[in-house]
Formats: sequence, C-alpha cells, structure tokens
Amino acid sequence: MNYLLSWIFQADLPVAAFPSRAELVPEPLGVILVISCWNFPFGVSLEPLIGAIAAGNTVVLKPSELAPASSSVLANTIHTYLDNKAIKVIQGGPSIGEKLLQQKWDKIFFTGSAKVARIVMTAAAINLTPVAVELGGKCPAIVDSLSSSWDKEIATKRILAAKFGTCAGQACIAIDYILVEKKFSTTLVKLLKAYILSMFGEIPKESVGRIINKNHCSRLRKLLDEPSVKATIVHGGSYDEDALFMEPTLLVDPPLKSEIMTEEIFGPLLPIITVEKIEDSIEFIKSRPRALAIYAFTNNETLKKKLASETSSGSVIFNDAIIQYIADSLPFGGVGESGFGRYHGKFSFDMFTHEKPVARRSFLTDFWFRYPPWNDQKLQIFKSAYRFNYFEIILIILGLKKS
Amino acid sequence: MVVDVAEVVTELKATYTSGKTKSYEWRESQLKALIKMANDHEKEIIEALRSDLNKPEFEAFVHEISTVKSSCKLALKELRRWMSPEKAKTSSTTFPSSAEIVSEPLGVILIISTWNYPFLLSLDPVVGAIAAGNAVVLKPSEIAPATSLLLSKLLGEYMDSSAVKVVEGAVPETTALLEQNWDKIFYTGNGKVGRIVLAAAAKHLTPVILELGGKSPVVVDENINLEVATRRIIGGKWASNCGQTCVSPDYVITTKAFASKLIDALISELEKFYGNEPLKSLDLSRIVNSSHFNRLTKLMDDEKVFGKIVHGGQQDKTNLRIAPTILLDVPEDSMIMNEEIFGPLLPIITVGKIEDSINVIHAREKPLAAYLFTNDKKLMDVFVGSVSAGGLCINDTTLHVIVLPGL
Repeated sequence: MNYLLSWIFQADLPVAAFPSRAELVPEPLGVILVISCWNFPFGVSLEPLIGAIAAGNTVVLKPSELAPASSSVLANTIHTYLDNKAIKVIQGGPSIGEKLLQQKWDKIFFTGSAKVARIVMTAAAINLTPVAVELGGKCPAIVDSLSSSWDKEIATKRILAAKFGTCAGQACIAIDYILVEKKFSTTLVKLLKAYILSMFGEIPKESVGRIINKNHCSRLRKLLDEPSVKATIVHGGSYDEDALFMEPTLLVDPPLKSEIMTEEIFGPLLPIITVEKIEDSIEFIKSRPRALAIYAFTNNETLKKKLASETSSGSVIFNDAIIQYIADSLPFGGVGESGFGRYHGKFSFDMFTHEKPVARRSFLTDFWFRYPPWNDQKLQIFKSAYRFNYFEIILIILGLKKS
Repeated sequence: MVVDVAEVVTELKATYTSGKTKSYEWRESQLKALIKMANDHEKEIIEALRSDLNKPEFEAFVHEISTVKSSCKLALKELRRWMSPEKAKTSSTTFPSSAEIVSEPLGVILIISTWNYPFLLSLDPVVGAIAAGNAVVLKPSEIAPATSLLLSKLLGEYMDSSAVKVVEGAVPETTALLEQNWDKIFYTGNGKVGRIVLAAAAKHLTPVILELGGKSPVVVDENINLEVATRRIIGGKWASNCGQTCVSPDYVITTKAFASKLIDALISELEKFYGNEPLKSLDLSRIVNSSHFNRLTKLMDDEKVFGKIVHGGQQDKTNLRIAPTILLDVPEDSMIMNEEIFGPLLPIITVGKIEDSINVIHAREKPLAAYLFTNDKKLMDVFVGSVSAGGLCINDTTLHVIVLPGL
C-alpha cells in the first residue's frame, strides 16, 4: 500500500505539493555595467560583454582610460558592429566612472584593483546592485626540485612566459613570486637566467612588454630601490622610465616585510623565496591573503594533494600557468581578497542570468489540511505527510487513528 | 554581557584554519545535531514562536520546524555528492590536461536573520553554511526575542561552539559584527538595512547575499476554480504569519468584471478559516510589534485608502491584531501600493483585460515572487516570459519556497 501510494505521490515531493511541476527558467538581469581594465583591454572588456549579451542583457562597457588606444578602437568597432541601441561604450576616466556608478544597474562587473573595487561596491550598495569583482593578488609558483632536464626546461619556460611573457607581468594571474627549496634554488636561478636570455634576447627592451605608464613604472622602481631589496637582485634590475621599460629582474630572498613581498607586484620583477623543505611553501601561502591562482611545478602527487586541499585560491594549476584563462569549462574568478564572481564559458552566461524558478500547480487536488482553522487532526496529517507515511494519513482521515 | 565580536571572529577563524569544519564527519555531525535539536525541543520552539508572533502551532511546525529538518535531511542525503569534485572537460587548446572543479568552504560566515520566520530564516542558511564546511556566526533578530534567546541556548548546547556561535543583540551588536572581516555575509530583511550591510561589506570586499522582499502580485483570471484559488491566496497571505512573509501575496490584480466575485469568495473562505471574529482567532498570527502595527494602521487609515476597505479593517491595538482586510481599487500613488505591505491588508487592483495586469506589475520593482491563477495556457506563457521576479508560482502561492526543496 505504501509502495503504491509512494509511486503515485512521487516519493520526492511532500504530499502537499502534489501534483506540481517546476522548472528553472533563465532570464536576463537587464542592464549591465562592465568596467574593464588596462592590461588586457580587449580580452577583459569583451569576455564579460559576450556573457552579458548571450544572457540577453543590454550593456554599457567602460574601458580603462589608461589604455586609450584600445578604448577608442573598442568604442568605434562596437558601435559599428553591434546593436548600438543595446550595447554602448562609454569612454572616460574616474569622473565618468563615478557618474556611471551613480546610475541604477541590474549588475556591475568590475575588473581591476581592490581599491577601486571598494568604491564600486560602496556605490552599488546604494541601489542594492549585485556586483562581481575580479581582482588579483600575489599568485605564487611553487617550484619543486625537478630531476629530469626535460621537466626543468618546460617548467622554466612556462614560468618565464607566465611572468615576463605576459604583459611584462602586469596580469592578475601572472606568477608574482616563486617558492623553491634552498637546495634547488641555485639550479633554478641558473635555468631562469639562461632561458631569459634565449626567450627575450640580449635586448629585452624589444621583446618584453612595456609598463603601462610612468606611475606604475616609478611604483615598480620604488619596489627595487629599497636597499635591502636591491641587494638581493641576482639578474636584471635596470630600467628606463622614459621608455617605460623595466628589465626582467630576479631577486633571491628579499625581506618578507618589504613592499615587493607584501604588495601585488604587477610587473617584471620575480622574487624567489627559498624554503627548507618544499612542503613549507604551503604554510607560507596559507599565511597570506588568498590569490587568484596558485601554481605548482611538481611531480609529487602527495604535495599536489596537500596543496589543493590545504590552500584556498581562485584556482590551482599544476605544471603550467596562465593556461586556466583559456579553459572555458573552468570558472574564472577569485576568492577572498582576489574577488568574487566567476565567468568564462557558460559561467559568463550564468553570471548575467537570473534563473527563475517557476512552479505550476493544478486546481484538481486541494488538500483541506493545508488551511485553517487548524486542529490536531490536520497537524497530525501534516506530520504524517512530512514523514511520507501516507498509510497513516488515510487512517487519520478515516478516523481510525487519533492524535 | 557585551560580546567581544572581534574575539569571536578570531576564535572562529582559528577553528576554521585548523581544518576541523572541512571534514565530512564534522559537517554530518552538525547537521544531525540540528535535527535532534529540532526534535527534542519542538515544544519550546513552538512556544517561542507563539510568544514572539502568536504564531499558530500548525504554522510553526509546517513553516519553520519541518522545513529546517527537511533542509538538514536533504543536505545529509546529498552531502557526499555535493562535496565531491566535478570533472571539467578540457579542450584541445590546453591538451594534454585534466581539470576539475573542487568545492571548498569560504571560511567564516555571518548570517543575519529576521523576525518573521525567526527559526527557519536563522537556521536554513546555517544548514547551507555548515554543509559547505564553514564556521558560522548567527545573529538572530532582536524583534523576535524569545526565539533569539532559544536559538542562542540550543545552538550553544547542540552545536560545536568552537565553530558555530550565536551573537544576540540589536543595532550596536550588528554594527560591531558588520565591521569585522567575513568571508561572506548572508542577510535576510529589508532593503534599508540591506544597503547598510552592503556598504559595510564593501570595505572588506566581502561578497553578500541579500534576501529581501517586495510587492508580490497575484494575478487572478476568470474561469478558474475560484474556491481553490481563494483558499490558496488566503493560505499564502493570512495563514502565513498574517501576511508578514517576504513571499506573501502583497496585492491582487483582476478584471473589473471579476472583482466582486473574487471578493465574495475571499470573504466566504475567510469566514471558514477564521470565523466571524478574526481578531479572536487563535489561528492568526499577531503583528510582531507596535512599530509595525502603527505602520500598518497608517497604511489603512490614509484618507485616500480608508474608504476603499470592502472587508475587515478591525484593529486591536492592545493585542497587536489586525483583521484580514480587503481593499478595492486604492489609488496607484497611495503608500499601500508603493511599499511592501507585510501585513494582513490585501488591495485588489482592477484592470480592463487581464493581460493589462502585466503592465501593472512592470510599473513596479521586481518582486520576490509573482503569482498567477489561470487556466489560460497563453496567459501562463506570457506571464512566465515577461514577469521577472525571484520566483513564480502558477495556481498557488508561496508553495514554491516552503515545500519544494529543489527550488
């Protein structure tokens, strides 16, 4: 009897909900504000735009004024190629940004620094606007003592590409600093130096990206100028502020309290921190704010497991870097100080979608025990229904079971 | 005793860092403890809800206690699956590679609860936070003091107090809590305080979830089973904490031609539910406090609105009770049509054709819920396609949040 009833009543739905059908209907949020940044001005402007459009929203894009040529090209091309009644580019600096933030949006998507993210969130609070913030952090790369020369070569190349080869280190997921065992550090430094030469040539000025502007150039220079930091430079260290160039620079064990080790570097300076045992790097990372990515170059499965389960970060990548950005099946976004909200691939669609639950009921059956006046019998029925004890319900209805 | 909020957070952060809350066993033990707590102390919970809201035992059991237990049971059933990593496809651009998405807790969560379903709306988010492996601080609403005190006592007894804490209090305590650095804040309440929560969270870049409310409309078409529909409207309105529910039907929209039939049906069913002296009915919650009572009487006593009352309107200030009240065609610019009512007043707005009701809804902010009673499939499709709300329910009210676990 119970079996028959449970088949009829669909065991998963409490009896008061029978019969009903429910679904989640994705709908656009409305009008989205996308605030982009200067280091990947095309990528970081268009990727959220794609998601917002795919989800059926209208969009205003504010590109970064620090990348004016890209901002201008974006404005012209988007207005030419896309429906400019629904998608607009508004160019400008902080004052335009401020005006935009005073408007009422259905969501704001921000990529940039933590400082500006706070301003965006505070402004959004006034209209209860949901926000997603993509920030950065100090993304560490743990380099284990690799034995095979093939592994060493690949690891070194990937590290260098993920630092100096990615917008001169001005990327939220660039490798910020390295952690390596003392006994392997000399080998690593030698390898890094050799491959910097082969990858960026004798005149790196021609092959390494520029620093975005004088402000950032002098910020980076100041990081190096600290005497206790300067003393730890083992490669590079030169710069040409007029040309907005900083040479790929390696440092070994700069003081942990120095700014280069407490602030996100966002430039072509690579500190190498040595630890006694490679496992110590996990504690090192844990004691610092959560980054957008943690990298580890290792074949040690135990170390990998420990790292993934004991640390928290936007993502964890083993034996490569930056690559997670192009993996559309992986959500891209931060946690803690590296931000919140995730996108890329379907996650972009979801970010700008409201999944609306729609429940449908029929008039056919209506259970009288849902409604007042309440009495013990009705309460008993509900308690039995809650326990999916349909047989008991029938007994109560027939008056054969008292409360 | 003033709680040192910063110390509470430090302790919880230390517990979280120790890794204790991440294990399956810990999460399972806490969820089971919540169920045991709800079972062992059902009577006290019902009494606290009676004290705070005069909530009928039926509502206390069905809306609050059994829903919390259901949430725990669902979490226990699915926990291993929810906790396990999700394999992600990798494409040729990153070949060869493998990838997965691993769920991990955020850390230490602040849950700020509210007064209308003080048990449910405190514990439902706690269930989620614990199932996800976080440490939690719960701040229950001081406007439901009996439940707040009971939650503090019971959670202290049943839960792991190195990871789950209750901080009672009002504005000063909440302000102190909001100054701390949380990994996420979950707030249930009104938009005004929601803004304060967001602004405080912005300082620490803390992600926030806001569960607010709105004016949830009910569109009532003709050619329906009117008896069932009115029972369900009454169920979602007056039988749900006397209309003090975030997804309660706030106002009704129907055609001019159908309005009087609907009103008659509502009046008839209301009498069956609450008798002809509803102010004395034990099956109706009271208004939570005199501040809300005054707010509601002000909505009703407005000179533009008072004359539109077609049923009810009786008030009992001493016992904080207001009778189920129906109003017909109040002016669109009256306060009762521009603020979330959150009480036992039901304005009915009439339109020429039922399709016009969509315009009435669109003229307002998106609500938390929207309801439609109809047998017209085309109208259903138009409604679902064009009404944006937290959730929709066709041919019933509130059921989609109270009873269906998947939504």
